[in-house]
Amino acid sequence: METFNSVIRQVPLEHYLILSFFLFSIGLAGVLFRRNTIIILMCLELMFNSVNLLLTAFSAHHNDPGGQVFVFFIMLVAAAEVTVGLAILVMMKRNVDSVDINQLNRLKW
Amino acid sequence: MQYLFYFFAAISIISALMVVSARSPINSVIALIVCFLSIAGHYILLNAQFLAVVHIIVYTGAIMVLFLFVIMLLNLNQRTEPQKKLMTRIAAVVAGGAFLLTLLGATRQGLQIAAVNPEDASVGLVGHVGMALFKDYLLPFEVSSVLFLSAMVGAMMLGKKEKATA
Repeated sequence: METFNSVIRQVPLEHYLILSFFLFSIGLAGVLFRRNTIIILMCLELMFNSVNLLLTAFSAHHNDPGGQVFVFFIMLVAAAEVTVGLAILVMMKRNVDSVDINQLNRLKW
Repeated sequence: MQYLFYFFAAISIISALMVVSARSPINSVIALIVCFLSIAGHYILLNAQFLAVVHIIVYTGAIMVLFLFVIMLLNLNQRTEPQKKLMTRIAAVVAGGAFLLTLLGATRQGLQIAAVNPEDASVGLVGHVGMALFKDYLLPFEVSSVLFLSAMVGAMMLGKKEKATA
């Protein structure tokens, strides 16, 4: 079965790094680019996932299951975060009748 | 194997770009689902089968359905979509690109990685991850259930209709 890990290693770790850097930067640019709060939340999910992918890649290349446990916890926290975020979004729509993030500009200062 | 990786990577990046650039929120959600499915493909390529299944169940099954549900509940579409000014958009793209260049430059030299554990083909399987989860990380696992409970209570409190006390 030692061929299994050599199959995984056919893709160098640097390529996973580059892929997750791309995904993270796209998520970051999306947070700055869009005004719709729900899409900002989705870009946050994208950033979470790029980090998860990188943790999994390192874990697989290190033969260490600890990284995958961390990914599991990140998924748990992301699920809780989305629940509360969407509840806030529904409340915001009800109170100011908009999902525009600029409606919350009093949070800036 | 490598070709599958590059195939999935191309799908991930293209669908991530579509998430950011789509005009309608529904199209963004669908692009994000495609992106998450391709990331599940990456997990399978890395032999992280447990994570691949959990990722599909939690993200594609639960979180994205929640997003879709909220978008339909609020009746968001292209007409109600707020748009940023052109200058802000250019600034956002420049900021993201500069961040990407910084990260790429920081790791340009490559990585010296040595495996810490001996070769083991079962690292990402359910049994192995479960042993790590319930032996070394038992307390965080239990605490995360409290986190979920508080998130649930918080979401219900936030979602409840307030009385018009003004």
